[in-house]
Formats: sequence, C-alpha cells, structure tokens
Amino acid sequence: MSPLLSIDNLSAVSRRDGKPILRNVSLHVDSGTIHGLVGESGAGKSTISKIILGIVSGGVVVTSGSVMLGANDLVRMPEREKRVLIGSQMALIPQDPLTALNPGRRIGDQLTDSLRMWKGMGHKAAWARGLELLDHVAIRDPQRVMGLFPHHLSGGMRQRVLIAAAFAIEPKLLIADEPTTALDATVQKQVLQLLKRLQAEHGTAVVFVTHDLGVVAQICDAVTLLFQGKVMEQGTAETIFNTPSHAYTRALLAASPRYDDPAAGLNPIDDAVIAACRAEVAQFDGAQHA
Amino acid sequence: MVDTSLAQTPHRSWQPALRAALGDPKVLVGGGFIAFLIVLALGADLLAPHDPLAQDLMLGSLPPVGMAGAEPGYWLGTDDLGRDVLSRFIHGTRTALTVAFIAATIAAVVGTFVGLLAGYFGGWVDAVVSRLIEIWMAFPAVLLSILIVAILGSGVHSVIFAIAIIDWTRFARVVRAETMAQRQTDYVTAGQVLGFSRLGILAGEILPNVLWVVLGLFTLELGLAVVIEAILSFVGLSVSSDTPTWGGMIAQGRGIIYQAWWVFALPLAGLLATVLAFNQLGAGLRRSLDPVMQR
Amino acid sequence: MIELVAKRAGMAAITLFGVAVVVFVLLRVAPGDPIAMMIGPGATAEDIVRLRASYGLDQSLFNQFWIWLGSLVQGDFGTSISRRVGVGQLLLERLPATIELAIMALLVAIVLGGFIAIIGTLWRRHWSVGAVDGVNGLLLAIPEFVWALALVLVLGVALPVLPLSGRINPSLPTDFKTGFYLLEALLTLRFDLALDLARHMAMPVLALALPLAGIIARVLREALGEAMMQDYVTLARVKGMSELRLILSEAMRNAVGPTLALTGVQFTFLIGGTVIVEKIFSYPGLGNMAIDAVINRDFPLIQGLVLMFGVIFILINLIVDFAVVAFNPRLRHG
Repeated sequence: MSPLLSIDNLSAVSRRDGKPILRNVSLHVDSGTIHGLVGESGAGKSTISKIILGIVSGGVVVTSGSVMLGANDLVRMPEREKRVLIGSQMALIPQDPLTALNPGRRIGDQLTDSLRMWKGMGHKAAWARGLELLDHVAIRDPQRVMGLFPHHLSGGMRQRVLIAAAFAIEPKLLIADEPTTALDATVQKQVLQLLKRLQAEHGTAVVFVTHDLGVVAQICDAVTLLFQGKVMEQGTAETIFNTPSHAYTRALLAASPRYDDPAAGLNPIDDAVIAACRAEVAQFDGAQHA
Repeated sequence: MVDTSLAQTPHRSWQPALRAALGDPKVLVGGGFIAFLIVLALGADLLAPHDPLAQDLMLGSLPPVGMAGAEPGYWLGTDDLGRDVLSRFIHGTRTALTVAFIAATIAAVVGTFVGLLAGYFGGWVDAVVSRLIEIWMAFPAVLLSILIVAILGSGVHSVIFAIAIIDWTRFARVVRAETMAQRQTDYVTAGQVLGFSRLGILAGEILPNVLWVVLGLFTLELGLAVVIEAILSFVGLSVSSDTPTWGGMIAQGRGIIYQAWWVFALPLAGLLATVLAFNQLGAGLRRSLDPVMQR
Repeated sequence: MIELVAKRAGMAAITLFGVAVVVFVLLRVAPGDPIAMMIGPGATAEDIVRLRASYGLDQSLFNQFWIWLGSLVQGDFGTSISRRVGVGQLLLERLPATIELAIMALLVAIVLGGFIAIIGTLWRRHWSVGAVDGVNGLLLAIPEFVWALALVLVLGVALPVLPLSGRINPSLPTDFKTGFYLLEALLTLRFDLALDLARHMAMPVLALALPLAGIIARVLREALGEAMMQDYVTLARVKGMSELRLILSEAMRNAVGPTLALTGVQFTFLIGGTVIVEKIFSYPGLGNMAIDAVINRDFPLIQGLVLMFGVIFILINLIVDFAVVAFNPRLRHG
C-alpha cells in the first residue's frame, strides 16, 4: 500500500537571501501511523508542516520536490482546489491554544466550522455533533462550554477543544504542531493520551512536530530527525531509540530528559557533534552547486 | 558616572535630510505646485493680466478661451460683473497663502511652546495643558472658527486668529508627546547631570530634535488653513468683499453657476490642488525625513 | 455598569456646563450690539432700553448667566433675536433634519470605508492594492467642504442628476408629523417622497461621508491586517475557509472594536462638518441655522446651538464607549 503522505526531495529557499531552508527532504507517512518530525528551532520542521497545510509564508520558496497527499501534489495544485482538499482532509492542532481560538467567536461555532463546511451539516446537526465531540475529549458540561468564548477556558481546556475540532471531520492527515509545548507537564500528558486515543480510534495519519524526543517516544511510530533543513536520520521509533546510527541522534537522545526517568538530568549537545552536522550540511550544499 | 560623550546632542545634520527630501517624488510634485502658488502670490500684480476689481458689464460672464463666445485676453473668462476670473484667482492665491502661512506659523509657535513646556516639566503644567487641549478638541472646528470670526468681526486678522486658536492643539499634542520621549534619552539625562539649565536643555537639546516633527505638521496645517480661510470667505466672514478670495469667488460662482460655471470651477480646482499638494508634500517630507532624522 | 453610567453622565454634565460658560462669556465680551442691529434708525433711546430689558441684556454678566441657566434648566432656551421665536422651538424644528443627515452620512461612511478596507485586505499581497491606497489617500486628504463643492459642480451642474439645494421638492406635500422626513416617509410607505428626500440628501451625505470613509478604511484595514496574522486565522485557513470568509467572519469581529472607538471621535467631527455642508446645500438643519445665527449675532440662538452640539457630542461619546464594550466579548462576558 502506498503511503498517505509522500514528501519527496523537497527543497525550499528563503526569498529574501536565497539561503536554503529545506534540503532535499523526503518522508512518508502511512495511514494510521504517527510520524515524529523532530529538530531544534530552525531545523525546518514547521516549514514542512506549513507547506503540507498550504500556509507557508511568502518568504519561503519551494524550489523542487513534491508533497503528495494520495494522488494530489500539494505543491503544484491550483490554490482553490488545494484549499478544499486541505480543508476537507487535513486538520491542524496548533502549538499555542491561547492564540489559536478566535477571541470573538463562541467555542461551539469554532468547533463546528469544518462540519458545516465539509460534512454538509446544518447548524443544528453540527451543534449536536459538537456536543458529542466535546464529550469525547472529556470536557464536562459541553452544553455550557459550546456557548462560551475562549477566554473563559483554561489552556488545557482550549487544547482539548482544538483537538476535538481537529478530529471533527475525521481527517485523513493531522498535523500536530508542538501541541503540548505551551502546556504544563500534567496537562501535557493528558493531552498526549487523548491525542493518541483519538488517532487510534479514527485511524488517522499524524505528523507530529516536536523538539522533544521524550514526547516522540511516548506516541510516535516513525521518526524523522532534521538539522538545518536536512534529514539526519529517519526510521521507526524503535530503531531510532534503540539503535540510533547518526551521531546527532545519539547526542539528541543523550540531551533529552529520559522519558522513563525524568530525574536523570540533561546533557548539553556536544559542540563537536554540531560542528560535524554543519559540515555534513555544507558538504551537501557543495554537492548541489557542483 | 555618565559617559560625557553622550552629552553631545546628536545634532542631526540637515544636509542629508534635505537631500533625501528633494529626492522624494511626493516632495517634488507637492512642493513644486506650492512653489508655483508662491510665485503667483508674490507676483500677483505683475502676473495677473487684468485688474481683479475692474468691472466691465459689457464683458460679463465671458466663457474661458476655447469656448464659443470667448474674448481673447480673458483666458479663463469673466464673472457676471465682467471681472477677469484668472486675475481674481491669482490675487486670491495671495490672500490664501498669506493667511495660511501666518496662521500656521502662529499655531506652530504657540503649540510647540506649550507642548515643550508640558512635555518637559510634566506634573501640574502638563495636567493643565492636557485638560485644556481636551476641552479645545470638544468644539467643532468649523463652528468655533465661525464663532471667533463673528465675535472679532470679519477680516484677515480675525481669520488668522481663528485658525491659530483652533489648531495650536495639533502641535501641542504631538510636541508634548515627542518631548516626553526625548526627555528619557541619554543625552538629555547627561545634560542634566552636567548641570545645563532646564531652559538650556529645552532650547538646545530637545527643540532641535522635535523641529522635524513640527515641520511635517506645519505642512499639513498649511493645507488645512487654506481650507478654513476658503470656508470663512465662502460664508462671507473673511476679508472684505472687494478683495478677491477663493472662497469668495466660489460663493459668487455658486450663485451664477448655470450662467458662468467657470467662476466656481477655477477656485475650486485651485483649492483642491492646493490641499492635495500640501498633503503630498507633508507625506513626502515625513517619509523621507523620518529615517534620516530618526537615525 | 450603573456606576460607570453615573460617572460618565456626571462628567458629561460638567463638560456641558463648561461649554455653556465658555460660550456665554465669549459672546458677551464680543464687540457689537445685537440690539442696535435689530431696530431701525428711527428708534429712540427708550426703545433700546426697553428692548434690552426684555432680553435681560441690562443685567450684569453674572446675573445674565444665572438667569439664562435657570431658565435653561426649566426648558426655556430664550428667544432668538433675529427670528423672534423660542430658541428651544427652533432647535427642535431643525434637529431632526441634521440627525437624519448625520446618521445617513455615518452609514454611508461605514459601508464605503468597510468595503475599501475589505478590498484592501483581500489584495494586500497584490500590486493592485496600490489603487486602493490611492482612493483611500484621496478620501483622507480632501475635506468635506471641498468634496461638497466638487459634488455641486459634477453631480449638480455638469451632469445634473441631483438637486442642488434644499431637503425636499417644495411642490411635494410636506404634511409630516415628525421632523424625521425620510424615516417617516419610509415607515408610511410613501416611497415617492422618500426618493425625493434621498435625492436631496445624496450630495451632502456624500460630502460628509467621504472623509470619514477614508478614516474608517485606514483604521479598519490596519486592524484587519493585524488580525489576519493571528494564529486563529491560520487555523481557520487550514479549515479551508476562503480569504474573503477569513476576513469577514474571523478577522472582522476583532477589528471592529478598535475601529469603533476612533469612528466615534471622527463622527463628532462629521457633525461639526454639517455646519458648512448644510450651508452649501441650503439644507434646513442646525448647522445652516448656526451660520446665520453667527452672522446675525443672535446670542440666544448661538448659545442654544452650541449647547445642542455639545449635547450631541457628549451623547455620541457615551454611545461609543458602550458600543466598544459591546463589541469586546472579553469585557461583555467578563
């Protein structure tokens, strides 16, 4: 079976100075699996997710490669068709639940947008379904919450609402953009469990963007490690965690808080490893120019 | 210790600023038209082809040259009393610009002075000034100006006074805010530490740095003043009716608009172009001076 | 909430009193004797004294003010010197015409300004936004006086499609029960009258509305641009909403609040502008009467008019304050 999402040889540069942002990235996500996209800030992980979602800023120019969702190439699709495809088949769980809900619209309206737009539901049917969705993400008194404005809810509650909204149309592909970084540790864990549960129920493919390998270990099936827009290592979660082959992966693992033992402490990433990674990127750029 | 090198006021040199301004197309177009108007105003007696007051009922309501029935020499036609429209327009320019420049200058000087005081001394001085500005802004400008002119009696002096008394607040508000910002800067603090007098700091350190803000406002104010003068002379409260003004011509032209629309149209076009020119000049000056003067 | 209303009302009363004092003093120190202007050259000294006394002008300034303020509180605004009719009656006669004019202008400004802001936001990454900037710049640069005159020339004379002056064609029946002619004509379904009223109002309304539309467009565009960069708009975009829908249903509701506050202040300027615009179009409202009153040095009428404008300004500011609260869900459902 071919993968649901296939990114092949994707490269992008900055419009301003032409510097590479993505360097020949390929990754494949099968239906029903969670793919961790891991890297430090500036590694290009959020650029990739934005390209998939069609919300990349004008400052980024895709120079080559393709992003296929099934048989459709998102890089080359006409804008209008792309909007419909993304809206009806994908969803985003954003990073910051405090800014991702419109302060001027009621929770119920924001939750049921996609249902009304893509499931052909009327206002009443969508509202009823919204109640179920909230109930399903363990929000108490959904009737009341539907009528509230975002500022009435806590960060954890808002993230639950956003997750419920993301799963509302049963998307084929879900992009989770560091959905737990803005939350505190206990809420973080609950949200991850919730996400995992819903994903399993719906058989959704997920691209999980994060800088936290601990989180990856908890929920991902496959992992792609990025450094300066280049794939450093790629494989199943098992392989990455048990037999990492790239020095960067090993350094990152050593630097992460141990998911099984959070008290173990942090080691900073060795400068030598970073230097080696930079050299690898420079060598790649050299080969491109030659 | 304060580094004494900071006590050097960053004297923004006007030369690069001027060069930047002259390279700006908005400044060139707007400023060019204003310069043209100034030439008209200064040289009105030489440039006007006829005596603006000379009536000749035999030559009444002549259309502009190019239309049927026009008389050569009366380029833009005559009004119902046979007075040359172009000549009246040129002399009206003189009134418009004189009033605008004097009124805007008074408003700028008074407003800047009050704004400097309020911004620099703060405290009760600022409280009084701020309250005063608030009350001032509560009056509708047109009503206030008409009221003032009605009280003082019509005439150029009243019009100038009315404009200045309405619009000094525009300068005071902005200069006050700018002065407050300047007061926080290093070189002013350094000046205080070095023992410069308050007045010395105000005049020597802060004033030169708020002047460029005043310049932009002044340009816009000129445009506004031209309009207020036109409104007052339109209503008949400006200079006496035998001095040609744009507003007066418009009012007169409004009455004979079906017989001689050009009497109405020319001063209106002049007013419109003047407002736009000051606007462009102001926008261009702000755009080109901002980066230079802000460093 | 009640506290807020009471506080605002108190401040409004103080401002109003201040306006009354200022106007009263200004007018009393003015040179020029209104009584002398009223009577013919044949009048005797006794006539003048009697007339003076009948208008209370023989009392001290201080007494004149308190007499005037006292009668004001009782609803007596004095008698117009030039028109010899009660000032209160004159104000009430003219007020509806100005209110209709100002509200229509406000509505037109909101619709036009909103339209320009939406188009400008929609085209914000396209070169064609330059055209929107140009139109917006013109609206901002040209004051209502110049618009009014330009409209007279273009729509009144060159292409004579609209009437040049007045409020209604004098040959039409004007048996209105209220002063709100347009509203009344619409409510009583007399559309021929409504159309004629609308045609008479069109030019003054446009002249007043265009500068305000420019300001609304600029502020709203800025607020919309700001809102369009927020995370919730990005999320809505992923949901598949079209750009227009993002602007209208996501960004607009959060951009209206900041625009509203400024629109309120600018609306008071628009009311100030009715003075000259009504004069230009001989529209029988307060502003037109104000200019005549000033030219005739009609003290009681001027005072009544300025107080009336003061009341209008203060009311608008109150309404805006509450409207801003109403448009902010955070304040509304705090």
